[in-house]
Amino acid sequence: MRMRLQAEPFDPGAESNSFLARAKGAGASVTFTGLVRSTPDDPVEELTLEHYPELAQRQLEKLASEAVARFGLIDADIIHRFGTLRPGEPIVQVMTLAPHRHSAFEGASFIMDTLKTDAPFWKKERRADGEDWVEARASDDEAAARWWD
Amino acid sequence: MKILYFAWLRERLDRDGDEIDVPDDVSTVAELMDFLAERDEGFALATQKRQSIRAAVDEELVEHSASIRGARTVALFPPMTGG
Repeated sequence: MRMRLQAEPFDPGAESNSFLARAKGAGASVTFTGLVRSTPDDPVEELTLEHYPELAQRQLEKLASEAVARFGLIDADIIHRFGTLRPGEPIVQVMTLAPHRHSAFEGASFIMDTLKTDAPFWKKERRADGEDWVEARASDDEAAARWWD
Repeated sequence: MKILYFAWLRERLDRDGDEIDVPDDVSTVAELMDFLAERDEGFALATQKRQSIRAAVDEELVEHSASIRGARTVALFPPMTGG
């Protein structure tokens, strides 16, 4: 498992390929990439991600280990950016490797759902009319909670 | 004890942390927040909605009822919005 927190952009395809190159005996891999969203109806100029480095590293390690144990993954990597990002840029990438597709999908889904509520990152969006902290959404809490029912 | 603030809590307090002596009778995160609110009106105002503040003690996410005894660092912050 490799966890990486970085300010620099990353190349989603290259990361996925190097992750796959480490695959030994796996039958399935899932790559999820989260991007900075900006739509014509709601244009975002810039996204700033604040984080708590020590806790973020720890939480990502914890979530990945939990996913590996719970879904029988062969491996799981997480890359998460911080700092200032532009629309369309990748924010996060989660990659899982498993014997079969269901565990690869579920593992990636579990990591993303729990990362949203339990990893110390905070988003601030800048629009033409100013800056605002993104509010936590109840739907994200529900998505994370379903794994513990 | 080192107290860290993040995101809008950091902005509203206009500082990213405090270094304070915590009295012996302040033993949980909730009691620490009461203590901080008593000595600083800005903190009291910013943390009026207690349920919207999350905490970590020595880099471990915890509930407000968690102990802070012997802790080096307590971080206080809004709900997380990563990913």
